[in-house]
Amino acid sequence: MTQVTDTPSVESMPTVRRRRPGRWVAAAVVCVLLAMLVNTFVTNERFQWDVVFDWFTSDRILAGLGRTIQLTVISMLIGIVLGLALAVMRLSGNPLLSGVAWAYIWLFRGTPVFVQLLFWGFISALYPRLSLGVPFGPEFTSFSANALISPFVAAILGLGLNEAAYMAEIARAGILSVDRGQGEAAQALGMTRGLALRRIVLPQAMRVIVPPTGNQAIGMLKTTSLVAVLAYPELLYSAQLIYSANYQTIPLLITASLWYLLITSVLSVGQFFVERHFARGAVMSAGTPGRRGPLRRLAARLPGRRP
Amino acid sequence: MAQPMVKAVQVHKSFGRVKVLSGIDLEVAPREVLCVVGPSGSGKSTFLRCINHLEKIDAGQLFVDGELVGYARRGGKMHELGERAVAEQRKNIGMVFQRFNLFPHMTALENVMEAPVRVRRETRATARERAVKLLDQVGLADRRDMYPAQLSGGQQQRVAIARALAMKPKLMLFDEPTSALDPELVGEVLDVMRSLAADGMTMVVVTHEMGFAREVGDAVAFMDGGVVVESGHPRDVLVNPRHARTAAFLSKVL
Repeated sequence: MTQVTDTPSVESMPTVRRRRPGRWVAAAVVCVLLAMLVNTFVTNERFQWDVVFDWFTSDRILAGLGRTIQLTVISMLIGIVLGLALAVMRLSGNPLLSGVAWAYIWLFRGTPVFVQLLFWGFISALYPRLSLGVPFGPEFTSFSANALISPFVAAILGLGLNEAAYMAEIARAGILSVDRGQGEAAQALGMTRGLALRRIVLPQAMRVIVPPTGNQAIGMLKTTSLVAVLAYPELLYSAQLIYSANYQTIPLLITASLWYLLITSVLSVGQFFVERHFARGAVMSAGTPGRRGPLRRLAARLPGRRP
Repeated sequence: MAQPMVKAVQVHKSFGRVKVLSGIDLEVAPREVLCVVGPSGSGKSTFLRCINHLEKIDAGQLFVDGELVGYARRGGKMHELGERAVAEQRKNIGMVFQRFNLFPHMTALENVMEAPVRVRRETRATARERAVKLLDQVGLADRRDMYPAQLSGGQQQRVAIARALAMKPKLMLFDEPTSALDPELVGEVLDVMRSLAADGMTMVVVTHEMGFAREVGDAVAFMDGGVVVESGHPRDVLVNPRHARTAAFLSKVL
């Protein structure tokens, strides 16, 4: 035991950081596994990386990728706009509106999106002609359902309307997360409920709404692959069409997967910036309003950056 | 006497089965400061929230500047007003909350500018000029670009007062404006309220600050159990209460 008289002055005494041997062991294990993975990628010729990259930027794959992105964007837009409307309806004091919203969510969340896509695809079997007119009265004009509901339209309807049910619950959670006093303060200033929602409540709700919405967008990117059942050549179906002709199944599945991974990465980066935008006024130290995102935190944790 | 700024006639209010207000009669003259005191649960905050219709009253009548609040009288019946008509009435009634309720996603300046721009449809330039002046008036000229989270409680409450004043209200309601503050920050908020009173603003202040009530209040109302037990000049109510309930309350808080 050290004697008190031996110790140097307290302020010059160095502190020794705790040793963490477990981390070194874990790092070694991860390194070995990673090496094995890289090894099999490089040495297993059946991956056929040359074929993967031959097709990676081929016209047919790129056209499919374009359709996948188009489907994702349009369906998410429908989902977000309709979902917000449904959330506001569900939270309104009007029992009819809130009941309708509840029923919509119940129906569209309660059946598989795959089945919904098929329904929209086969809508002409149910309604061969769609018409515009007075309910129970005269018709002004009518269309063939097959002509109006193309595979693309069916895909948009199936994905968008289903997404709206999920987005409605996400938006509702966001709106409920905002303190009641915010709406009251806005109303006390003479704002109508609509204005208070738009200017005061929703911008704050966005902090809660954006992360799961990013999640939904990434989910949607991959869910679009279900549209293959409507014979709409999005990314995965394009790849399938190619390998059904040349039998290069594995390389083409890898080609498609790499694209999905790439777009997901882009979406994640986009989410980071959107989140940062809506963090305005929240979580901050003086002088840096809301500018402490995950990347900063990660950067601060990197070795060598410790003070 | 001029028409009262606030006039309550037999105001009743219940939350479900709980009776919160059992017939409130009160008058506040223009340029007068009324302090409402009483134990928690006595209904004083609820009464204050009825004045700008944040709570609907069940029976009785409430007038602000001669105008019935939240209802219109037609053919011997009280018709509840639509949302827009109520919003219109609230424009003239400023309110300051116990927990400030500043908009956290806006700077102090934006908080003060928001209602004049969006509700009164003022130009941004006009609203900004006035907001700068108001923030200066509450002693926060140098904090205008800060977000609420970067301000102390006392500073936030002063921004909240400036925000309410930006609508040029003829009546200000204060709901326990210093109850959520650290003791050393209470003074700065009371100072702002004191100078507001000196400028002739009509104010209804629900408060636990007996010193403020005695010094600044033109009248004090003591509420307990959903009724006004006694009201009058602060000297009478706070120093020589006539009712045993008032005396009992005062002996606990003073």
